Amino acid sequence: MKIHVRLFSRPKVKAAEPFPDTDYELKCPKCKTAHTRSELYERNFVCPDCGAYFRIPARDRIRMLCDEGSFVETNAKLTSVDFLDFPGYSDKITKAKSSTGELCAVVTGTMRVEGHPCAVFALDSRFIMASMGSAVGEKITRLFELATRRGLPVLGVLCSGGARMQEGIVSLMQMAKCSGAARRHSDAGLLYIALLTDPTTGGMTASIAMQGDITLAEPKTLVGFAGRRVIEQTTGSALPGNFQTSEFLLDRGFVDMIVDRESLRSTVSLLLRQHTTGKEKEA
Amino acid sequence: MNAYERLKTVRASDRKMGSDYVNAMFTDKVILCGDRRFGEDPAIMGGIGYLGDIPVTFIAMDKGSDLADRMRKHFGCPMPEGYRKALRLMKQAEKFHRPVVCIVDTLGAYPGAEGEERGQGQAIAENLFEMMGLKTPIITVVVGEGGSGGALALAVADRVYMLENAVYSVITPDGCASIIWKDSSRVEDATECLHITAEDMVKYSVAEDIIREDFENFDVMCAGMRDRILHDIGELLPLSPKKLLDGRYERFRKIGIYDDGETK
Ligand SMILES: [Zn+2]
Repeated sequence: MKIHVRLFSRPKVKAAEPFPDTDYELKCPKCKTAHTRSELYERNFVCPDCGAYFRIPARDRIRMLCDEGSFVETNAKLTSVDFLDFPGYSDKITKAKSSTGELCAVVTGTMRVEGHPCAVFALDSRFIMASMGSAVGEKITRLFELATRRGLPVLGVLCSGGARMQEGIVSLMQMAKCSGAARRHSDAGLLYIALLTDPTTGGMTASIAMQGDITLAEPKTLVGFAGRRVIEQTTGSALPGNFQTSEFLLDRGFVDMIVDRESLRSTVSLLLRQHTTGKEKEA
Repeated sequence: MNAYERLKTVRASDRKMGSDYVNAMFTDKVILCGDRRFGEDPAIMGGIGYLGDIPVTFIAMDKGSDLADRMRKHFGCPMPEGYRKALRLMKQAEKFHRPVVCIVDTLGAYPGAEGEERGQGQAIAENLFEMMGLKTPIITVVVGEGGSGGALALAVADRVYMLENAVYSVITPDGCASIIWKDSSRVEDATECLHITAEDMVKYSVAEDIIREDFENFDVMCAGMRDRILHDIGELLPLSPKKLLDGRYERFRKIGIYDDGETK
């Protein structure tokens, strides 16, 4: 069975700096069929066989949302340090770097969406489950600070396994640090849109994922604080199948809307338009 | 004591609890209940009392005294209502420009289905966000376990103190062991890896100082804590809201160890 996905016009960016056209295979999270990145990019990373949503690499996510040539990356070289000499962490960082081509689990910068300037950060689940350590915390904090200085709204594309335990207590403090930067941005009267994608859990849920003025979520996305298994072990009771899905959260009032990939760009663009101040400084 | 022995010490059931510190430090107390949203969580006790001769809002995690009390308090693991009550009392303190003292002792937020349904993560996130803008001094003392986000939700403060054997961790060492080694019996190893002691907290700028424990003379020890906190309040209370909040922001802003790629 083929699912037809309407393709909206998206910028075809050449192998320019921020978006290298390296190709590799990704496996469908549902039907396990392998597809190439370039093929999936053309289909919003929606599986052509079963319609399931693939997790989108951070850089591709930004590329799908931004106007052609408008993305300017910030702090591109910032990366993690294994300062606690934590078992296996150095290896994990090295492997994540080589398998993703990224230096960090979050990509940050400024862009335009249908002409509307904004700052953007996107987490990449392939990089140590996009867990939040010092590098992620610092890049997100710097982005909010930059957006506050320039009067820009922020779009955050969230996904995370939570705080990065390999950085001990310092990783927990990143939750407070990012919250502070988001708070200052908010106090400056600026918009923060949080888009929750699969999976958004732990410390990320308990900080910047839940601090947006507007909270969007992709369909069938896992969003929660405590892990399902931990809850089942603690309480000894089974959980419903839809537990901690974006639909479950919508029903209980914790997200504003569920947005499919086809309408994501236009939704973000509309929200940015509604919040235009005329004081945005792009550089 | 090594880190693991300290962890066992603070988890011992005869260890002093949040309510003990409140009772020893504050006089003429009024206990206040409820989050005005859904319910009342007894795992976090809150109210107003005198610290020396000034009224202060206290918010303390409490593990419970006997088994029934512990069950009721989920052994000190708060529900979203606990965090929302804490925030309500902090906002109230802000209105009356009254300092806030938080006592932290928890394994973490209670991992239950109901807490998730009622937005445990959102409740903690809101506390972090609001505490970063709260225009009154906040002082936190970790007296036992500081368990991850569930502890941080009462610790976005201007000053944080650790009791000598208190620990503060991003994840329970038990949870960490089962993730790295798929073996929850390796708690002791995980405890070392995570660097959770009071000395570690000072080293990583998570805490200002360590308070020596003296449970033989609990009242004397608490009087010392009270004087220390009063001294801080004396410094913080006269600050303009901007100065106070800039200081709180900078306190957390500087935490992080990374390579920014520019120095090489
Ligand atoms: Zn599929």
